[in-house]
Amino acid sequence: MIKPILAQVFINPAISLNLSLVHWDLLIRQARRANILAKLAFFLEKNSFLKSVPDQPKKHLLSAQVHANRFALSLEWEIECISQALIDQPIKLILLKGAAYHAAENITADGRVFSDVDVLVPEEYLVAVERALGKAGWMNLSFDPYEQQYYRKWMHEIPPLTNLKRQTSLDVHHNILPKTCEFYPDSSLLRDNAVQLNKKNIWVLSREDRVIHSATHLFHEGEFGNGFRDLSDLDSLLKEFSEYQDFWKHLVQRSVALQQQISLYYALRYCSLIFETQIPGDAQREVEQGVPNPLKQTIMDFLFLRALMPDHSSCNGRWTGMARWLLYIRSHWLRMPLHLLVPHLLRKSWMRLSGKEVH
Amino acid sequence: MNISSLTVEQLKKKLSKGLSFQIGNFNICLTSSIPNVCIHIKHLYSEYEVLSDDVYIDFYIELCSPTLIRCYIRPQVVFSFDGYIAFKPLPLAQAGAMFEWGLNWCIANHSNQYLIIHAAVVELNGCAFVFPGAPGNGKSTLCAALVCNGWRLLSDEMTLVSIEDGLIYPVPRPTSLKNQSINIIKNYSKNAVFGEVVKDTAKGTIGHMRAPDNSVRCAHKPAQATKLIFPKYTQGAATELTALSKGKTVLRAAEQCFNYSALGSQGFETLCSLVGDVGCFEFSYSSLDEAVALFSGIAH
Repeated sequence: MIKPILAQVFINPAISLNLSLVHWDLLIRQARRANILAKLAFFLEKNSFLKSVPDQPKKHLLSAQVHANRFALSLEWEIECISQALIDQPIKLILLKGAAYHAAENITADGRVFSDVDVLVPEEYLVAVERALGKAGWMNLSFDPYEQQYYRKWMHEIPPLTNLKRQTSLDVHHNILPKTCEFYPDSSLLRDNAVQLNKKNIWVLSREDRVIHSATHLFHEGEFGNGFRDLSDLDSLLKEFSEYQDFWKHLVQRSVALQQQISLYYALRYCSLIFETQIPGDAQREVEQGVPNPLKQTIMDFLFLRALMPDHSSCNGRWTGMARWLLYIRSHWLRMPLHLLVPHLLRKSWMRLSGKEVH
Repeated sequence: MNISSLTVEQLKKKLSKGLSFQIGNFNICLTSSIPNVCIHIKHLYSEYEVLSDDVYIDFYIELCSPTLIRCYIRPQVVFSFDGYIAFKPLPLAQAGAMFEWGLNWCIANHSNQYLIIHAAVVELNGCAFVFPGAPGNGKSTLCAALVCNGWRLLSDEMTLVSIEDGLIYPVPRPTSLKNQSINIIKNYSKNAVFGEVVKDTAKGTIGHMRAPDNSVRCAHKPAQATKLIFPKYTQGAATELTALSKGKTVLRAAEQCFNYSALGSQGFETLCSLVGDVGCFEFSYSSLDEAVALFSGIAH
């Protein structure tokens, strides 16, 4: 496998010192398309290589940093507003994914720009939470009855909410996978292990669960526009948490408790193949118990090693489009049994062809 | 080597593989097989420098047809920024205009080394005048008239104020004129050269006036702002320049910035120091001759 220059720089930032302008050109392009340009800037800065970047690419890195700093500020305000809206609810307000990395000050949050805030609440409080958020200005803007029913009956989240004043987007989850999934985890395990961040009611999943959710999300994903970025989150979280004693042991244990061994296996496999993430031998051996058979493994490698590349023309090979398409089908396959999946996909295709699709 | 030294065939061939050229501080690589785009570049960009293959490119832009069917039935054009499609397709006739709008978007969203004001900026004798303005206030028309009278065009759409040194960096590009303004400028000056005029766009009829060759040649020379003037065209209005307080000017100019809030305190400081150094005015006018005479007088 020839690694894209973007992956090479994340593996060894020192190579940035010897890049020609033509290489910089390609690096910035791949990073921008992978939605990771600001993250690259912070990563180079942290490793003291940003100063040495030639002026032309540097102005793009700095420009992306400006944007990301502004984003971080708005994100904090958004989290504050959500927390205020839910202040009377007797629940833990648990942030997920990007918002959680930011609130927990994980390294991967530096320069990470995204569109939705995700939160996790107990399923039995969904109605009360939705009502409280509604009072504070977050509304569900889709009136399509099919979509409403699809989300509320089968999914692990309610239809996305939009703040009417700020046009920001909020996803309220009660679990990390749809109810129709074969390996539907017990979400109370996630909530019980959550960590409170400050005196306010803002929580994040435990370190191990944050990694597992990231893995579960990526390896059930149907669209890979941000696949490379999401894998780089995993790489960064794993590196950061490796410092904590027994992290790897707990990680494997949690993946068993939450039935997410396969996702964790893929996460570790592709992190080490693409980002050369160091994984201790013990953890490696334990997750390999969930290993797919060799034929399936070969097919999955073929698909994921293509789909997880930056979404840029320089990283696309002949089979990239097909790999992404097959993984899109796979994601639906994993989400629902066939008798639900077929009508759902038919309806989606019809909406797309007739131009009625909203998303 | 300038684009003008390429024959139409050579230009077509280059465009189909990616034509790299320089606009001020930005290096652009444009790929397109659409004949309209080739004509647009040939008419309006002939004095821009063609770049070699080993330079750093800021923006990779492609204009193409969305699908095979759309080549034949109601043909359309898609703008892509290195594979990212930021806008809905437009009718094919608007391909040249879409290049201009798309490039505006690229610069406005990816250049936070500048405070970017939605303003025309022109210079004479070292005095740069900045004309911020909401659409319809006649900023481009006024800018076109000044440029036809020997002023240097830095930009008709966005004023790039460097965060680092407070100077204004040029991006001289074709001036976009709408509806009646096109004929007003065509009648006003025989120096004005227009590309294809396109009807029924989202902004009405659009014509692009070529930037003066000299402005293109001086595109590396930043300028110091000396006046910040909010123009307002009103039919029959007398030519009138009214002083505006610095505070009001900062607030009004901030509304016209693309990235004022993204830049945070840097944006505030850059804008305050710009406004602090210049004369601030409101300007109402209806006669281009009087406006040009007034400003040329001030700059002399």
